[in-house]
Amino acid sequence: MKLKKKIPVIDQGNKLGFWGGKFGGNFVPETLKKPIEDLEILFNKLKKDKKFINERDKYFKDWVGAPTRFIKLENLSKYVGGAQIWSKVVSDANGGAHKIYNATVHCLLAKRAGKKIICGDTGAGYAGKMLSMAAKKFGLKCKIFMGAKDMERQKPNVKAMKKNGAEVIPVYSGSQTLVDAVSECMRFWVANCDKTAMCVGSTVGPAVFVRICGWSTSQISRELKIQLLEEFGSIPKKLKLYNCVGGGSSSFGFWNEFMDYDKKQCEFIGVEAGGPVKSKKHAAPLTYGSKIGILHGAAQYVNQNSEGQIEETESISAGLDYPGISPLHCFLKDTKRARYTAASDEDALEAFKLVTKFEKLRPSLEPSHAFSVAIKESKKLSKDTIVIVNSCGDAYKDQGILQKRLGKKYVKSN
Amino acid sequence: MLNPISAAFKRAKKENRPALLTYTVAGDSNKKQSLEILKSISKNADILELGVPHNTPVADGSQIQTSAYRAIKNGIRTIDIFNIVKDFKKFNKTKPVILMGYYNMIFQYGENKFLQKCKSSGVNGLIVVDLPWPENMKFAKKCKKKSIYFIQLLSPTTTNKRLNKIIKNSHQMNYFISMLSTTGGKLKVSPKKILKNYKKIKRINPKKEIVIGFGITEKTIGKLRSADGLVVGSAICKEITRSLKSRQNPVTNVGRLVNKLRNKIK
Repeated sequence: MKLKKKIPVIDQGNKLGFWGGKFGGNFVPETLKKPIEDLEILFNKLKKDKKFINERDKYFKDWVGAPTRFIKLENLSKYVGGAQIWSKVVSDANGGAHKIYNATVHCLLAKRAGKKIICGDTGAGYAGKMLSMAAKKFGLKCKIFMGAKDMERQKPNVKAMKKNGAEVIPVYSGSQTLVDAVSECMRFWVANCDKTAMCVGSTVGPAVFVRICGWSTSQISRELKIQLLEEFGSIPKKLKLYNCVGGGSSSFGFWNEFMDYDKKQCEFIGVEAGGPVKSKKHAAPLTYGSKIGILHGAAQYVNQNSEGQIEETESISAGLDYPGISPLHCFLKDTKRARYTAASDEDALEAFKLVTKFEKLRPSLEPSHAFSVAIKESKKLSKDTIVIVNSCGDAYKDQGILQKRLGKKYVKSN
Repeated sequence: MLNPISAAFKRAKKENRPALLTYTVAGDSNKKQSLEILKSISKNADILELGVPHNTPVADGSQIQTSAYRAIKNGIRTIDIFNIVKDFKKFNKTKPVILMGYYNMIFQYGENKFLQKCKSSGVNGLIVVDLPWPENMKFAKKCKKKSIYFIQLLSPTTTNKRLNKIIKNSHQMNYFISMLSTTGGKLKVSPKKILKNYKKIKRINPKKEIVIGFGITEKTIGKLRSADGLVVGSAICKEITRSLKSRQNPVTNVGRLVNKLRNKIK
């Protein structure tokens, strides 16, 4: 299995949509074959269309607020005493997380396809919140599927979705988290694909959704590349990019533009959710060697039992609480372009405490996982190493959990 | 030897009626009971579809989901499903059995091992919901080698070009999904329109058997009787759930329901 240079990773799949010949694909009911093919044709055409790209860039700039900041975490770096720690503050984006890029592009595509309704899944609520914002902006009706457990633990985002006029549909099946929300959303699309567009909230699902999402979030690394050149004059010789990985949309977007660099110069580190220290459950299929299986239309490494039943996950961060992982990351793992590891719930909370103590930055629990590993590894790295953590979400949505786990002083009202 | 599935269609045709296909989930509500249910409905059903329960089903509505979750909770494993089929075939050797499920269950078991088990336990056909054409070409070939029908699904969204290709490559039986819906949805298209679509597909190759499924209940089955075969699934799963809730015996209740269904298409 080999990663090709000069070809975008999203376009390195084979005819049937498999990366490395075995990750991804289209394991979908017959009913979805046609709508997926239609979307593929539309996307392949528009991603080469200058007018469409200009339109996307215009909305990214004027509405999403590109570029998001690239800042040095001086105090944290001093405290850690190793590499220079920087952050790409993607949570600056309109709505507070990277999910806005994929949501915007899906709504633009839906408009072009003449659809009136868009449906989507959400875990932490960011994908749903952003889709509700974009749908409102572009005049589409919006339906969001969300696990009942997640609705309870990410209330601020549920409120935001409803305020934007979206219908939020609680999903009570299975573990009542993201995995069930995605299943229910796909079922809804099966039954309504004639009038409805679907937005899969991460780089997961049938191949075309993986590609659209990766194409959209790559905005993050496009901006970062320019910012690095502005700051350092060239791409640093020792660069390490840390990102949390749930479905894998922010990390893929954070890395994409640096794909062709040698990994000795530019290393990618993906941090999965290891779950509570005392629990055997986790959401880290790459770190803990899960087997390949099929989930939500794609072949990927996925937590499952020996029979093929998908296993329940556990993580403090709803956004990472997913048993599978993007086929793109399976591909990056097996080609050894990226390295994957996990941080526990407790690690993430500790990292959150440290970051907020030293910096004016409040990463949500998802990027706190990445901060945890970045801080640990930075200690042993030289001063000329540039460590960058993608702070891809804001902690406002986590206030309930933070109050419960860390106490009132870590909660800040927005 | 004629595949028992084809024999079943032949027999129904002789009686000038569509074949009745039932769908129940293997291991619902437990292994023993699901075998008893099969035995009970086999008196009136021509072909028995047995669902392989999966916990992230992307094409099933709430009734079949409930049955699948119940079966998984009660410990059903893939090997048990083959044993249920084997035991059933001891009771009724000629009644055809089709396994229906999601590809991950086959993938984890191993395609070849799965097919060997199908063969040795007496499975006559397979429906794999999320392995569409052309992705299923290799696997369908393997099925054919074992004289197991791989049943292709066709949907109202399937284009004409695709219909032609799929049917050309298909084995003797195909499954037409009546409408855009997950299983068990309310029939939102008129039976007349469904039959119109059905006839269009049938014309491509009249020799291939086409059954219609999704949304068929006691109320609607009679209006679709001109098809080669009709599948009732969710309505049966619903009856099992209802029986369990009201502490009645699902075996007799489901047997009675299937008897009624059969009478509607006499």
